[in-house]
Order: sequence, then structure tokens, then C-alpha cells
Amino acid sequence: MISAVLSGFLFAMLVLLFGKYVKGKPAVLTTLLPLSLFAYFLGMLPAVQTQPLLFSYRWIPSMGIDLNFKLDGLSLLFSLLITGIGTLVFAYASYYLKGHRYLDRFYCYLSLFMASMLGLVLSDNVMLLFVFWELTSITSFFLIGFNNDDPASRRNSLMALAITGGGGFLLMTGFVLLGTLAGGYSISAMLSSAEMLKGHAWYGWVLFFLFGGAFTKSAQFPFHFWLPGAMKAPTPVSAYLHSATMVKAGVYLLARFTPVLGGHPYWNTTLLIAGAITMLYSAWHAIQRTDLKGILAYSTIAALGTLVFLLGVGTAEAMAAAAVFILVHALYKAALFLVAGILDHETGTRDVTILRGLRKVMLPVAAAGMLAALSSAGLPLTFGFIGKDLIYEATLHAPAYGYILTGIAVLTNILVLYAGFQAGIRPFAGRLPEGFRSVHLPDLRLWVPPLILATLGLLYGMIPALADASLVQPVVQALGAVSPAPLKIWHGFNVVLLLSGVTLAAGFALYFIRMPSARHQLAVDRFASLSPETLVVRSARGFSRFSTWYTNRLHNGNLRSYVHIIIIFITVLLAYKLITGVHLYFDIRTNVAPITVYDLTVFGIILFAIWKTVSTSSRITAVASMSVVGYCICILFVIYSAPDLAMTQFTIDTLTVVLFVLVLFRLPRFLRINDRKVIVRDSIISGLFGVLIAIIALEVMNEPTNKETSRFYAENAYLLAKGKNVVNVMLVDFRGFDTMVEITVLVIAALGVYSLLKLRISSSEKE
Amino acid sequence: MELLLIILIGILYATGIYMMLRRSMVKLLIGLILLGNGANMLIFLLGGITKGKPPIIGEGEKILSGLYADPIPQSLILTAIVISFGLQSFAIVLLKRVYVLIQTDDLNDLNTPDTDI
Repeated sequence: MISAVLSGFLFAMLVLLFGKYVKGKPAVLTTLLPLSLFAYFLGMLPAVQTQPLLFSYRWIPSMGIDLNFKLDGLSLLFSLLITGIGTLVFAYASYYLKGHRYLDRFYCYLSLFMASMLGLVLSDNVMLLFVFWELTSITSFFLIGFNNDDPASRRNSLMALAITGGGGFLLMTGFVLLGTLAGGYSISAMLSSAEMLKGHAWYGWVLFFLFGGAFTKSAQFPFHFWLPGAMKAPTPVSAYLHSATMVKAGVYLLARFTPVLGGHPYWNTTLLIAGAITMLYSAWHAIQRTDLKGILAYSTIAALGTLVFLLGVGTAEAMAAAAVFILVHALYKAALFLVAGILDHETGTRDVTILRGLRKVMLPVAAAGMLAALSSAGLPLTFGFIGKDLIYEATLHAPAYGYILTGIAVLTNILVLYAGFQAGIRPFAGRLPEGFRSVHLPDLRLWVPPLILATLGLLYGMIPALADASLVQPVVQALGAVSPAPLKIWHGFNVVLLLSGVTLAAGFALYFIRMPSARHQLAVDRFASLSPETLVVRSARGFSRFSTWYTNRLHNGNLRSYVHIIIIFITVLLAYKLITGVHLYFDIRTNVAPITVYDLTVFGIILFAIWKTVSTSSRITAVASMSVVGYCICILFVIYSAPDLAMTQFTIDTLTVVLFVLVLFRLPRFLRINDRKVIVRDSIISGLFGVLIAIIALEVMNEPTNKETSRFYAENAYLLAKGKNVVNVMLVDFRGFDTMVEITVLVIAALGVYSLLKLRISSSEKE
Repeated sequence: MELLLIILIGILYATGIYMMLRRSMVKLLIGLILLGNGANMLIFLLGGITKGKPPIIGEGEKILSGLYADPIPQSLILTAIVISFGLQSFAIVLLKRVYVLIQTDDLNDLNTPDTDI
């Protein structure tokens, strides 16, 4: 199993290595990879009927992340779609992009995507799933931007990445939360704690994050807009990623977690509302478009909305309907996309207001388009008919608001039928215009794939038992529902049949009355400023402007403003903490050593020296006073039992002054900058900070000090290290390594000083 | 005495920051040194101060006993003094070099405004 998932990654690398061989005729050979994987998963079919297959490999056991793969009905359906449609798309692309400069890259991305998508649907560990989830977003980004010399292509690929990547971020949060609540990242293990999760106080948050990931990936309103933009990708990619597989990852995720988190009012209501809005909104948009791929993109969003909606209904019937509809939609929508690709490739336009009568020059393509359109319409004897029946049954028998839900479903289906006919039938109907007489039937590799898909739709429609026991039932079981009645073509005369009839009649009427026109699209575009896309773009621009302003403000390159910000921030923070949480007191009687006349004298000298340092306008006076401060501290060290410190301080202070004077004595006097406001402001800031530090010191004095470590050194300095000066012994023996590193630092500083002093300034440097 | 030291620490911190906020580079450096002294005194004070009892083992004795000054803050401060000397000497020389190059001690003249970030 792991080799099945990883083969795509390996293959992608090989394609890049042997790129120049792939670009020519052998491109079609790349088809062998998805084909063999398809055969592999087809072989798994009988085994999965009874129980899911588990494959486990250890990866990061310490974090509970293992390479766990699980093949059940749901995973298998998706795996077959991924590899099956993958095979056709690989073959199709070998002609569609024949001779393209970057064909090897294209196949690399495509097989990377296929492997990631397989990994996604097979993972049984949420962290693993997340990794593959992100990989699909990234490969999708590269594929949308494949024509990278087109600015719109680049822009749209970034948009897609921003939306799906943002959703991925939410998803990860959701997974971490879920893993923490359930006590592990394994999805199978989460099944057993389903009840606990649903009752947990954080259930709402888990749903929020999970839905954030699923809705962005599956283009649910209001995150739908990246999908029409993604149509900038080459058509095989649109057919593969943005209709049949990747965009269904969100639906897959929801389906996968239905047994774990589903059945709660939050879950059902949210999905119902999101699905219903998406369905209606995008179906209505689909019929306004004149671009073939635009029509298909919006009708794909409508289909995704329908799937989310069905998962929201949540009954066993709805689950079965969703399972069937996933298959139905993948078959007809991929076929329609591929047909649209052929039309684009052969005629050079995708405008449905121009394309007419092409059946006369490319009959097999017309047949594929028509079959797919009929399946999308749900005409009897097509697989779409069964799918639509099941949807109506599910909505009619929904726990609540059955009639409203059915109404929404019927309306959506009428519009989708119109969109399907627009894409699959109208270009082939009618009289062939003069301009298209020279168009001819393309290579086998282009028209056979859509025909296979469309024919499969018809085959499953006529003999539903083919799909039923092997594909649909295991999916329903995996979703945790009771197996419904087997699929049938004929249910007798009932409400569902009536609704189907109404849908078909209304759809046909609409098709014949309403001609596609650019006017409709223009009418819609007038509201573009209100669309979620505009809002996202605007907020992204606003955010970028804000962060530029903010960065310029904080990182203005002015040292003093940095010091200001840091000091003010610390002062305010600590002052707040001191005022709210700390009881200030200091016991003068117990804690204080007596003040002697020496202490007072030294203290007085320091105060004077500090004042002189700050106030003088002479550089040399400032340095001298500063050194007086240092010497006074040295005396304090002597009085309070620190001879080593006194010696060090004395030496260092002397050296510093010498260096100062040697290097700087030729500098001019200080600038006299008498800006009273600035001086007052800085005095207040630094004064407050000093007071704060003093208060903190005072507070710490009240705490008893732990002397255990000191005692250790005091007792062992002679016994272990044979030295009588404890401070000395600590530095050179107990903490010898620290001292060595310290010496190294000093050496580096000394080298720096030496080289800076010796370095001659070249004339070019001296402006 | 602790109270006096606390006042001293507060003053050292305050003047250190004040000097760092001046436009002159030399003052900035002096501010840094004052601030460093303040920090050393803070560590020294917090370890507890003891008069006339250095942490040195007496003649003929094997362990330090009775009342003695805490050796740990002392060794910390010793390290700090030495390291800050490294920093100071490098900064002083660097300052000199900047002065030679641009003929000013004013920090404002060092700013190159970033126009496009």
C-alpha cells in the first residue's frame, strides 16, 4: 500500500530526471503509472466488500504519528476515481499539451498530485492526512499557474493557494484540537470516542476548524471564487483536479468524519445551510456564463454544494445518494471538461455563443458530450437519473423541512441541467458555421477518454447493479449508515418520478427558450464589487498596506525609538502587574544592615559623579565622572566582602577610561541640543523605569534566598578543587568551560578592536 | 544600607536609559556602561550583602563555615564585568571609526531613511 502511494512521488522525480525523453512520443507511456495503480485498486474491490483493509507503518511513534492507511469503501471509491480518471487525463494530456516546452514538469506535478490525493483518501491518521492535504493544495497551485507567462494565471493560482492554504491552516488547528480531545490522531480510534466528542464543550470549535478546511477546499460559498479562477489551468487539469478529485477532498473529509462527528444538530444544520446556499448561488451563476469552462466550474461548485447538502441531511438515504452522486458527477463532469478541452483545442474558442453544429465534424466527441449532458440532466437510463432520484428521495424523507429542501434540490437540478446542456449539447447542435468547416476530429487520445467516461455513465445507468454492491454499498457502510435498498432504475409511479419529470421538463423548456448571451454575464458582473472575491482581495490589500505602515512605524531604523518602545512597554507591563497583583511592603527593622559613615561618603560621591556624567558638556569630564562611578562601586565591593570583584572592577574601569581617552580624545565637545520637551520626556521615561527597577529590587529583598548551591561551593571548594578562594575556584574549576568560552569571546573582541584600529581607510570609503 | 543601594540602582538604571536616549554616540556608550553597573549592583544586592566576610577559606580550614558572603553572585558579576569590557572596547573603537568616516557623533546622521520596504 505504501508503495502504491509513494510510487507517484518517485515517478515525479524520475520524470524530471529523464525529462527530455518524456517530452516526445513516449509521453503517452506515463499513462502506465495510473493505469497500473487503477488495476491494483480494482483488485482490492472484493476484499473491501466485507471489511476495511488496514496497513500500518511506524513513522514518528513518539508523537503518535504513524503511516496508517485504511482502505474502506469510501477510500476505495475515491482511489478508483483518482487513478481511473487519472489514467484518462494522463493520456489526454499527452496529446493536448503535445510538444509543450514544460511537458515533463506538467507530468511531474500531475503525478505528485495523484500520489498526494491517493495519500489523502487512504490516510487513517489525521496528521498524515493533513500532510497530503497540503500537498494537493501546493500541486494545485503549480498546475493552475502552469502557463506562468500569463499574469491572470499567476494571480489565480495565488488566490487558490491563499484560500486553500488558509483553509489548511484552520484544518490543522481542528486536527490538533481533535487529536487532543480524542487522545490520539488515528481516525479509527476516534470512532470509538464519537459520543464523547459530540458531548464535549469544544465540539463547536472542532466543527468550526474542520468546516473551515473542508469548505475552502471544496469551494463552498463564500469561499467558492477560487474555483472559477482555477480554470486558468490547462483543461486536463481542470477536469482532474478541479472537478473530479481535489475539490472533492473537502467532501471526502466531511464524509470521513460523519461517523465520528456527524449526527449533531450543529453538524447537520451548518452543512445544510452552507450546501444549500452554494447550490443555488452557483447554479444560478452557471447559467449566466458564456465561457464553457466557466459554466462547468460553477456547475461543479453546485454539485459540491449538493454533496455537502446531502451530508447535512444525514439520513442513510442521503448517504447513499451522496455516494452515488460522487460517482455520477465525477463521470459526467470530467467528460464534459474533456469535451470542452477538445473544443478549445480544435476551434480555439470556448464561447458557447459562437460554437454550433460541430457534430458534423467530430461525431464521437458530440456523442460523448451528449451522453455526459444527459447524465447530468438525469434522463432515465443514465446514471444521473438514479443519482437524482436518490437525492429527491433523501430530501423528501429528510427529518425536517423536507419540502423546502426538495424545492431547493429541484431548482438546482433544473439550472444544472441547463448548464450541462449548454456545455455538452449546444456546441454540437444546429447548423455548422462557415468558420468551423475546417475543424476536424482530433487524435484518438483526445476523444476516447471522454467517450469512455460518458459511456460508463450510461452503462451504470442501465445496469445499476454493476455499481451497487461493489462501489456504493461499501461507501454507505463506511459512512456508518445502514445499507439502503439496492439501486433500481424503476421505482414505480411516485412523487420522486413526478419531480424528475418536472425537472426535465423545466430544464428542457429553459434550454430552448433561453439563449446564452454575453448580456447575462455583464448583468452579473455589475455586482462584482459585492462578491466575496472582491472582499478578499480588498482585505488582502488593506492588510498589506497596514503591515507596511506598521513595519515602517516600528522598524524606523532609529535606535532611540527602539529604546523608547522597549522601555515604555516594559514599564507599563511591569507597573500594571505591580499595581494589580503585588502587595508592596518593606520591613525596615529586620532587613537592614546599618549605614556607616563610609557608606554615606561613597554614596555621596557616586551621586555627584553620576550627576556630573549626565550634565557635563565636556566629553572628557563625562568619561572621568563615569570612571569615578566605577571606582566607587569598586569601594562598595571592598566594603561588602567581594575582593575579587573589586580587583576586576578596578582593572576594567581603568582600562575602559584609558581606551576612551586614547581613542576619543580628539573628538569635539558634545552637541548642545537643548530641546526642553525631549529632555523632559526622556527624563520622565527613564525616571519611571528607574523607580520601577528599585521597587522590584525592594520586593525581591523580601523573598528569602536559597543558599543551597552557595553552600555546596563553599563546602567543596577546598575538598574537591583544592582552592581556598571560593569565587576563584568556581570560575576556573567548577565552571571552567564557561570561563574558557568567555575568554574566547574576549579574544574575538580583541581581534575586532585590533583590526578596526589597524584598518586603513581607503579613499573611496571616505566620502 | 540596602535601601541606599536600592536607590543607587534605581538612579543608575534611570541615568543609563536617559543617556542611551541622547543623540551622541559617546553618551549612548556611557549610558550602556552605567546601566551595566546598575545591573551588577542589582545582582550583588539580591544575593544578600555581608560586611567583612569574603568567601575565602581561612588558614588551616577545609570548608567555609559560619557567616560568609555569597560566592555565586560574585562569580556572575565577575563574568559580567569582563564580558562587558569586551563589548565596550569594541564599541569604543567602532565609534571612533564611524567618526572618522562620517565626521559626526550624532546618531541622527547615521540614519539612512528606508523608503521602500
